[in-house]
Amino acid sequence: MQNTILRMNKLFFKILTLTIGFSFLYFPILTLIAYSFNDNKRVMVWKGFSFRWYKELFQNEQILEAFYTSIKIASLSATFATIMGVMIGFSLTRISKIPARPFFIFLSSSPLVMPEIILGLSLLLFFISSNHIIGFPSSKGQLTVLISHITFSVAFVAVIIQSRLSSYDKNIEEAAQDLGTIPNMIFWKITAPVILPSIISGWLLAFTLSLDDLVVASFTTGPGANTLPIVVFSKVRLGLSPEVNALSAIIMLIVVLAAISVYFINRSHIKK
Amino acid sequence: MIRYLKKQNFWFVFTPYFWLVLFFFIPLALIFKISISVSEWGMPPYRDLFSLSEEGFKIDSTLSNYLFIFSDPFYIRSYLNSLSLAFTSTILCLLIGYPIAFYVAKSQANIRIILLVLLIIPFWTSFLLRVYAWKVLLQGSGIINSILIHLGFITEPISMLHNHYAVILGVVYTYLPFMILPLYGYLVKFDLNLIDAANDLGAKPINTFLKVILPLSLPGIIAGSMLVFIPVVGEFVIPEMLGGSDKLYFGKIIWDEFFVNRDWPVASALAMSGIVILVFPIVIFQLMYAKYNFKNE
Repeated sequence: MQNTILRMNKLFFKILTLTIGFSFLYFPILTLIAYSFNDNKRVMVWKGFSFRWYKELFQNEQILEAFYTSIKIASLSATFATIMGVMIGFSLTRISKIPARPFFIFLSSSPLVMPEIILGLSLLLFFISSNHIIGFPSSKGQLTVLISHITFSVAFVAVIIQSRLSSYDKNIEEAAQDLGTIPNMIFWKITAPVILPSIISGWLLAFTLSLDDLVVASFTTGPGANTLPIVVFSKVRLGLSPEVNALSAIIMLIVVLAAISVYFINRSHIKK
Repeated sequence: MIRYLKKQNFWFVFTPYFWLVLFFFIPLALIFKISISVSEWGMPPYRDLFSLSEEGFKIDSTLSNYLFIFSDPFYIRSYLNSLSLAFTSTILCLLIGYPIAFYVAKSQANIRIILLVLLIIPFWTSFLLRVYAWKVLLQGSGIINSILIHLGFITEPISMLHNHYAVILGVVYTYLPFMILPLYGYLVKFDLNLIDAANDLGAKPINTFLKVILPLSLPGIIAGSMLVFIPVVGEFVIPEMLGGSDKLYFGKIIWDEFFVNRDWPVASALAMSGIVILVFPIVIFQLMYAKYNFKNE
């Protein structure tokens, strides 16, 4: 009897914790979505249900252009960062003779702990100086934002790839080598397929890092290269914007759909 | 360099090596160089460190930017504010995140996956928009004020924005998933039988937690704390959106020094001091922790 009461108590405490926890995580986002349907310029005063702000959002060329710029930079940055991240992961786990190895490790891991404000400042000063000395980059813009995003994303991808490469059995590669497979073939036929899931998650992480970045992009951007966070920040820095509410709702919808599809892909994969 | 490496390996090492030296190391060296340069009107707004003129080779360096920062309590206070913000919010994230991670990890497999997806969704949602959500909630005409007035706790809306409590709330909210996910990663591998074993042997629940569960989840606690502490130290967006003038933070100071005052040498000196004061302790801690782990294995 006492045991049952204790168990009920425990269950109650568990449900209470999870309810409060998840409410805290979701309450702000859900409120934002609810108010995105508010037909009032004053964001928090409810006037009636409408799709007004969604219509205005899709007519706002500044936001649409920034969205396009962000997607372009994020996908390019993620692709380059993943290629170099794989190279770093592979080098650190498979190649023993790297010149100044500790320096290489330092370079490939310290962007992880570098505050983004310092990274942004240092890259901006670098671009200005290099423009001064060799005339490249000729102006700040999408290229400089892209270079900066690749630079901080590489470290994150490298960590993911490195942990995958160091945890799997190297003997498979050595066996292939003993059987006379040329090193290039070993990489493409054995190593690459094994680390493919890590490559995909590394790419996705680099993509979100770039899409989400405000600080580094603010430092390194120039005319005609406003990313979505820069535009959103300029809109909400001093006040509220009903269009941004609508934008949040759309982004939430995309994320939820992505999460659900990943969930179902995983489930059908497990069932097989 | 080529001598050491086989040809196909050469590009694997050299490409990222070259990239990181060029776009990470040289920029850092450059802010060090600018931080010991003398401020000057013009473009760029500092004097060249080395100059070659008729009078010969001259080095024009100064420590005055550093002396300026460390003699002004304004800057020291902003460093301390950032450190205390990072420390407070890491502790709060841990206190809130641990029970959530624990119960999610202990749930039945089918419920656990749904809860995990629910944890990941805010993690993937735009950081900026999640901060903005709190700005909307905490407004004078916002929903929290309306609820409080409706319940009769207050009669007039109170100003909840633009103070450092709003900043802490915003930081805890946005960084909570970064704490929960690594904790979950360690707790889910945890063998529940160990808890039963401790209970069967007569351990009080508090002792079971302190002596069995907590030590085994320590790597998760450390990983989660790092993921919260490090970015919060340089945080600029949250104080800018939710904070006020009651407390200034390190990230905001660098931003203003560069964009508003246009004083590059002082901004660079702030960044360099930031690296030394805030980043080095973390790197040293990580190295020590890695050594400690290595010894224990």
